Amino acid sequence: MKKKILSAAIGVSVLGVAGAASAATLDDVKAKGFVQCGVSQGLPGFSNPDDKGNWTGIDVDLCRGIAAAIFGDDTKVKYVPLSAKERFTALQSGEIDVLSRNTTWTMSRDTQLGLNFAGVNYYDGQGFMVRKDLGVKSALELSGASVCTNTGTTTELNVADYFRANKLEYEIVAFEKADEVVAAYDAGRCDVYTTDQSGLYAQRLKLTNPGDHMVLPEVISKEPLGPAVRQGDDQWFNIVKWTHFAMVDAEELGVSKANFGEMMNSDNPEVKRLLGTEGEFGAALGLGNDWAANIVKLVGNYAEVFNANVGPDTDLAIARGTNDLWSRGGLQYAPPIR
Amino acid sequence: MATSAGSKTGFVRQTMEAARPAPITEVGLVGWMKKNLFSSVPNTVLTLVAIYIVWVTVPPLLEFSIFNAVWSGDNRAACTNAEQGGLQPEGWFGACWPYVGAYFKQFIYGRYPAAEYWRVNIVYFMFVAGLVPLLIPSLPYKRENALFMFLIFPVVTFILLTGGHIRLEGFLLPEAVMRPSFVKFLVDFGLLTALAVAIGYVIARGTESNPAPMIRNILFAMGGLLVIALLCAVNFGLRHVETDVWGGLLVTLVIAVTGIVASLPLGILLALGRRSQMPVIRLFSVIFIEFWRGIPLITVLFMSSVMLPLFLPEGVTFDKLLRALIGVALFSAAYMAEVVRGGIQALPKGQYEGAMALGLSYWQMMQMIILPQALKLVIPGIVNSFIALFKDTTLVLIIGLFDFLGQIQSSYSDSSWASPVQSLTGYFFAALVYWLFCFSMSRYSIFMERRLDTGHR
Amino acid sequence: MADLPLTGAPASARADDPRRSLVIAFAVLCVVAFYASAAICFYGSDLFGPIRAVGNIFTGLFSGRWGTAFNPMAWITVLFTLGIVMRTVSWFGFEGQQSYAGNFFNDSGLRNFFFEMLLLGVLGWLFWFIVGNAVNNLAAAGIASGFDFLRRPAGFGINFSPFINYQEVSSYGTVYFVGLGNTLLVAISGIILATMIGFMIGIARLSHNWVISRLAYVYVEVMRNIPLLLWIFVWYFSVLRLLPGKADPLDLGPFGLLNIAGFYAPLPIWGEGAAIIPIALLVGIVGAIFLGRWASARQMATGQQFPVFWASLGLIVGLPLIAYLAAGMPLTFEMPTPSRFGPRGGARVPPEFLGLLVALVTYTASYIAEIVRAGILAVNKGQTEASHALGLRQGQALRLVIVPQAMRVIIPPMTNQYLNLTKNSSLAVAIAYPELVSVFAGTVLNQTGQAVEILLMTMLTYLTLSILVSLFMNWFNAKMALVER
Repeated sequence: MKKKILSAAIGVSVLGVAGAASAATLDDVKAKGFVQCGVSQGLPGFSNPDDKGNWTGIDVDLCRGIAAAIFGDDTKVKYVPLSAKERFTALQSGEIDVLSRNTTWTMSRDTQLGLNFAGVNYYDGQGFMVRKDLGVKSALELSGASVCTNTGTTTELNVADYFRANKLEYEIVAFEKADEVVAAYDAGRCDVYTTDQSGLYAQRLKLTNPGDHMVLPEVISKEPLGPAVRQGDDQWFNIVKWTHFAMVDAEELGVSKANFGEMMNSDNPEVKRLLGTEGEFGAALGLGNDWAANIVKLVGNYAEVFNANVGPDTDLAIARGTNDLWSRGGLQYAPPIR
Repeated sequence: MATSAGSKTGFVRQTMEAARPAPITEVGLVGWMKKNLFSSVPNTVLTLVAIYIVWVTVPPLLEFSIFNAVWSGDNRAACTNAEQGGLQPEGWFGACWPYVGAYFKQFIYGRYPAAEYWRVNIVYFMFVAGLVPLLIPSLPYKRENALFMFLIFPVVTFILLTGGHIRLEGFLLPEAVMRPSFVKFLVDFGLLTALAVAIGYVIARGTESNPAPMIRNILFAMGGLLVIALLCAVNFGLRHVETDVWGGLLVTLVIAVTGIVASLPLGILLALGRRSQMPVIRLFSVIFIEFWRGIPLITVLFMSSVMLPLFLPEGVTFDKLLRALIGVALFSAAYMAEVVRGGIQALPKGQYEGAMALGLSYWQMMQMIILPQALKLVIPGIVNSFIALFKDTTLVLIIGLFDFLGQIQSSYSDSSWASPVQSLTGYFFAALVYWLFCFSMSRYSIFMERRLDTGHR
Repeated sequence: MADLPLTGAPASARADDPRRSLVIAFAVLCVVAFYASAAICFYGSDLFGPIRAVGNIFTGLFSGRWGTAFNPMAWITVLFTLGIVMRTVSWFGFEGQQSYAGNFFNDSGLRNFFFEMLLLGVLGWLFWFIVGNAVNNLAAAGIASGFDFLRRPAGFGINFSPFINYQEVSSYGTVYFVGLGNTLLVAISGIILATMIGFMIGIARLSHNWVISRLAYVYVEVMRNIPLLLWIFVWYFSVLRLLPGKADPLDLGPFGLLNIAGFYAPLPIWGEGAAIIPIALLVGIVGAIFLGRWASARQMATGQQFPVFWASLGLIVGLPLIAYLAAGMPLTFEMPTPSRFGPRGGARVPPEFLGLLVALVTYTASYIAEIVRAGILAVNKGQTEASHALGLRQGQALRLVIVPQAMRVIIPPMTNQYLNLTKNSSLAVAIAYPELVSVFAGTVLNQTGQAVEILLMTMLTYLTLSILVSLFMNWFNAKMALVER
């Protein structure tokens, strides 16, 4: 391995220089003692630092789940805040081990950027937010409007497609950072703020008067958001993928952080396989057999994660909707552990 | 004259009459005003326009920042009007200082762990304590002081801020030859020293000087490096703090100071290279300098954030802050080179001729005659570059590092202080702080310029 | 300096130099070492890898397969080899030195040659290292490379493209030109405005009027001691909030409308026969130039003055006006009209442009003001006194005597400010003005992920702009320079 030839040469006199993954990400992660997780620079409900610097959110909980599965300790995560522009390079170059940054799974990203999406931890769709006093009830009434959004995201392309397809005039104002989009929309520079619907609910909290704004009913795109890893490391890909699946399976089986203790003694073979009291499923991933047990114990199942971060009781107040379990009419469906 | 001769009724003054005061229109406030403000019609118009400009800018600014400002409060309620869910009357418009107070620590330390603030405080203290005596020309011990600022201070700062305790596992030999370990580091370091000594010998012979002092210097420097490396590897029991949580003024100062300290030696080398007789070296220096001067800093930062990772071998990554530092250092080295070149060119030719007549070698001449004079001449220029760099550090917020301005901007997303005046207050505070820093530095630069100006033009 | 050759020998002196073979051997060694290390590190120990890559350049160029011809690794190899060959040839050709005595180290020509070979080798290898890594990493990650993306459709909208008809279906290449156009627009208008305001403030700073000079001083110190990026945020985000909303714009009468979504100027609509107006304007300008030359020639010859300014103004304004009337007033203006989503019609200037322009102009003007002040102070006081003694008024003295002399001091630093302004326009990325960095190195980079190509194009563009501005200002400087007789 050419690893660290250069790193230490400079590393003698400089800040943290880390050799990172080349082939076996899991080995590197175990050697480092933490998972490097690429997150957003601040999106409430998904990945957001509070004033003490603690990260919370659905995407953050996935990273915590990975750390719990590997180390049995959900705090062994290093969060790397990334802009939309940097995120893929950071993953490709090995600066991060997993990108969990509300990133839409698209074909071009999957095929052209050298990365793999390891599942969908939030099914989203792009929506519009407008001022209530504009009196608009549908996106089709928005001809001539100014639309604020982030540059370099799928939303920028979707909105162009939508307005063109419906033969509506529009003006796009695309900012580099989400905070700037919110500031410009709040100042009245734009009539419409468009991004993923979850993002709209999250960013609405940052507006001066959140009550003055409403999200329009139209959803103009499919935005499956999920974690991504580098191509070519199937073991690591599996770990990330099954971390998410374990959370969904746990919810389906009724195993949660709250009832974890009693579930450890459950007789249900499916629960036993999940919690590792039966079978050798963790070993196949290169982890301990209590991998999923640790995820549930330390982070919780999918419902708990969802409700704690974006659910109806939070400021975001997002209903489960498409993110409900398949058995309740949603799209969250995990293959069985068997 | 009639009164001079024989006039009986003539009166001759015996004493001088006391001088009358100048007319009121010529002296005092009124006279000054007449002379300076209302000397002609156009001048009067200009004065009135200027006064009007002051009138429309200053009172609202004072009202916003002081008279109408809120000075205490716990959350956004203090800085919003009733309609927005707060305590202020309708139409209130003023700064929201409690918001700055609540975030003050973040603005200074970023998200550095609160329990470790003392480390940053020590760094701030050492910086001020080391810099102020260095800047006052009349104080003694300049050499020791500079040694402290350029050698001890960076090492201590590095250990304090990151926590030190880096693992030394070697860097030169491939892993096939030797497993990474501390011993390998020592072996590698020995090899590197031998290589450096060999190169030093060749260069010393090449520049017609005695190899012995050169080799001594190299051994000395390598020994120093080793001590620094070992110091950084010592476990002082400090908690490791990732650079991701650094922010605020800390990052601004780290970038600006590192940039200027790293760019000074690079800039000197480039300036010498640009005036070298060797065509390849001259060409290289010119291309290097003009390239970095020709592109905007923001593209350099983009390059460091998205392109640099691709340039490194697979598996090697740099800290994001470090990447930005490399970009900033190379960028400012090009500007520094031009500043230093100005100083070198300003020296009269006789200095070179005198040095050569004494039989000094190239490096001796540069080290003992040319650079000391040239660098002294360009102190104001260096300070001005520092001011520019200090202001330019704000650009790192575009690549997602949280410098002082970036930290202030990121606090806008906190809904507990969201109000229409939040961003204005934040920007006002940022402007005030930047202005204080830059203005005092520019005053210092002017002071040095006057002091160094020995009057011969 | 020690490196100075003491005496130059004739070019032929090298021909029978006994150390000729040493030099050639060293140069060959450098090339071979470079090729070998490159082959081992990047061609999997295939010793002919670099040579084949170089060969591919020629086959690629001749067969028109540009992909092969633009292999950066091969180009670096070629340049490196050329550098060594040229330097070797130059050693033979020019830098002769008579002292052959002593050892290798005492011959500065030979010694310099050695060091420069070393530098070339290190540089060549560094470039190889960087490019090789990039190529490997991109290949490993499966990222597309090359410039084919420029032909792909962009798919996103751009809200300000005054020069190029941009649609969502336009290519990424078009996006580049839109960005470049917007950069040039803001840079050129910024340079013109900043120069005007800077001159005004610089002169105001020297005014005898106390209030004016203090005001100018405060302006300069406030502006230049606060980072430009902060100014951009302040102008854009704070001033933006003070503008009226979209539905009720500020009516500026005949000048159009102003609101938070921008400035809506009346759009001129040219009718039948309007082409004569720009022609008349052109004729007016050319006429004014000739008039100026004639007048100054006459003044030189006879001392008679001619009111050049007013006559030129008359030509430049009057001729088009006459043409306009003669053509039957074919020009109408489309006035913007308010509507729910902001005014319709008219020529719209987005607030991003206004915010950026105002910030750039006010910031740069403070630097220009200081340059102008320093330039004027550099003119000997005797010049002012002499011109007053000749009976010139203050304004005339400034215009005819002081400023022309000050210009020589002013122009070189002014060039730097112009370059700075052009480069600083890239900060628009923070406020969504679609210039080069924002739209090309921002949006396009995000969409395609081709960081290397896009950033290289962007940097080369700025380099070219810098060089062009420098060349122009050098020409201008040479024109203004003191003609010594």
